[in-house]
Amino acid sequence: MTATSVGSAGPAPSRSAKSVHGRSLGWLAVPALVFFVAFGVIPLIGVLFLSFTTWDGIGEVVPSGLTSWKSVLSDPGLPHAMWVTFQVAALSWLFQTPMSILLGVFLAGAQKYRAFLAVLYFIPLLLSSAAIAITFKALLDPNFGIGTGLGLPFMSQDWLGEPKLALGVVVFVVSWQFIPFHSLIYQGAVRQIPTSMYEAAQIDGAGRMRQFFSITLPQLKNTIITSSTLMVVGSLTFFDLIYVLTAGGPADATRVLALDMYKRGFQANLMGPASAIGVILVLVGLLLALLFRRLGGGDQTASQLEGA
Amino acid sequence: MGVPLAGALAACGSSGPSSSTSSGSAAAAGSGASYWYLTGQPGEGIRKGAVDRFNAANASTQIAQTAFQNDAYKTKIKTALGAGQAPTIIWGWGGGGLKSWVDASQVEDLTSWFSSNSAVKDKLFPSSFGAATVGGKIYAMPCETVQPIVLYYNKSVFDKVGVQPPTSWDDIMALVPKFNAQGIAPFSLGGQSRWTNMMWLEFLFDRIGGPEVFQAAFEGKKDAWSNPDAITALTKVQDLVKANGFIKGFSSITADSNADQALLYTGKAAMMLHGAWTYGSMKSDGGDFVKGGHLGWMNFPPVAGGKGDPTNTVGNPGQYLSISSKATAAEKETAKKFFTTGVLDSTEVKAWIDTGSIPIVKGADSNIGSSEDAEWLKFLYGVSSNAKVFAQSWDQALPPSAAETLLDNIAKLFQLSISPEQFATNLNAVTNS
Repeated sequence: MTATSVGSAGPAPSRSAKSVHGRSLGWLAVPALVFFVAFGVIPLIGVLFLSFTTWDGIGEVVPSGLTSWKSVLSDPGLPHAMWVTFQVAALSWLFQTPMSILLGVFLAGAQKYRAFLAVLYFIPLLLSSAAIAITFKALLDPNFGIGTGLGLPFMSQDWLGEPKLALGVVVFVVSWQFIPFHSLIYQGAVRQIPTSMYEAAQIDGAGRMRQFFSITLPQLKNTIITSSTLMVVGSLTFFDLIYVLTAGGPADATRVLALDMYKRGFQANLMGPASAIGVILVLVGLLLALLFRRLGGGDQTASQLEGA
Repeated sequence: MGVPLAGALAACGSSGPSSSTSSGSAAAAGSGASYWYLTGQPGEGIRKGAVDRFNAANASTQIAQTAFQNDAYKTKIKTALGAGQAPTIIWGWGGGGLKSWVDASQVEDLTSWFSSNSAVKDKLFPSSFGAATVGGKIYAMPCETVQPIVLYYNKSVFDKVGVQPPTSWDDIMALVPKFNAQGIAPFSLGGQSRWTNMMWLEFLFDRIGGPEVFQAAFEGKKDAWSNPDAITALTKVQDLVKANGFIKGFSSITADSNADQALLYTGKAAMMLHGAWTYGSMKSDGGDFVKGGHLGWMNFPPVAGGKGDPTNTVGNPGQYLSISSKATAAEKETAKKFFTTGVLDSTEVKAWIDTGSIPIVKGADSNIGSSEDAEWLKFLYGVSSNAKVFAQSWDQALPPSAAETLLDNIAKLFQLSISPEQFATNLNAVTNS
């Protein structure tokens, strides 16, 4: 690692940040706050209100108490959609985290060819979800897809037509799309680790593996928590990719909560129940984010940099 | 508040046509109207042509037009109606969707207008008015083409395997193993779209129990889906799935991508049940397939012992134009003028025929003779005009919430993850009134 310049630059900004904290610069948050209230809080209140009404999206909004909540909570589709959402979140976390850490560590090296590879790895990040979904759908077509094109019979599975395979494909494509993003986070975090730590470890005779498990991984703890929060909470709202890839199918094997919400609201015209699911999504997302903060030991501000 | 919102919404629609929208509303100080319809050739060009001719002939009453992709349109029109920002002329499918607009008092009652302008009404197929009628009143002007569902087959594949096209349901079940033995799928199906599967049920319900079976469910009769004929039909379709009657992977194929049609014209599948509109796309995409006479077609065959009339068909008896009740009086006048002079004028009738469709105008068959698709068009006109009952597609006929439950359960039925009885129970729960 030859990231000394980056490493030593670390503490400087944190010192200047502290001096900024001293003065009252709260007004700097006003533009962000305005946007957050306008596009985050107000619609949220609207959705909460709608979940206690009956509305078909066109006519009058009729307050109806708990009708929507009862219909959603008694629907066997809800536990199923929650289970599918959980599976997507858990499996894509299990798949993405090790891959992202390994790629991130690899890309943190300063070698020229790694910089070149980094550019290639980041391509999926530049594509829209819809484009990715359409491409994979065409590649995985059981009759006209890559299996037929290349004459590889084992690639001609009914990828999106078998419930288990379809879920696996969704997890794979989601991971394919987001691993570059998380690698980027890990790359930055690895470059923040002071080289002196590795130098000390080398003097103590630690090998590359030992260095990775005893220095890199522990130093990445907070980054892992950040990236996991983004992954898991983000996977609650996966919609576009799954909608284009499988539309929740076959039958409802990949019908995640966000898709369930869309279908109820905009295809079945049941805005009340759809809003109830929206509220559930927000609550689950908040709970998970809180849980991950706790996992981080609560004190997120504690620095793990040398000297702290 | 309303005015800037309107501007924003128009700008969202698409950057291109928004300029024509604004110029339209500027002229609307007088009597301009707006009109939203679907993209997709050849229909889009024909729709645009009709408006352009109307605008050229009526300098003072211009119509601003905006085109949307099918699925995007369904969501957009709903949102626009809810926000009171709908166009003057609203393109639609009639039936349950139209009823939801009527229930929300969003569209004009055109009954009295049609009775004072009977020439407009008499020009069109009477069967097209069913899906425009809600509670005995007409809320939409039928337009464009009649689109029955047709059983297509690939003649070359039938010749290769040495079999004859089916004339009964038993023939279909007997053909299935013969095609499978040759490595050809008996039927192509874009099952992810769900309404594609639904077409099978529509015909089996009709052929086995007659149109009364679905009608009862539509009218909200108790336990209508548990009718023994309905259960027989649901069982038969699962038998076909179990016998590998449909192409491998059908549940991940979408109709939007036309992959199901490609399977038929590339000979990977022998037959396909699909809408009349696929003729045009198979003709343009299938190379020599249609022009070389390799495409065969028929009405769905009868089921032995069934009560339904084999001349019956299902599909779209027409497309529909409604007038927004929020439009100004002048805009409504312009829309009605367009209905009288613009919709299905002789140029439009000819344009539809040239694309292999039958416009819903009486005597349209007189234009067929010279067409290169004469044989197909004669069949199509015959099926549409001879049908004892021309039923509307179930998902269009039912209100949107019931239609969504229907489509979900149809997907599960074809996935064999629910039994016919469970299907009936799930559907009874939403259509019982």
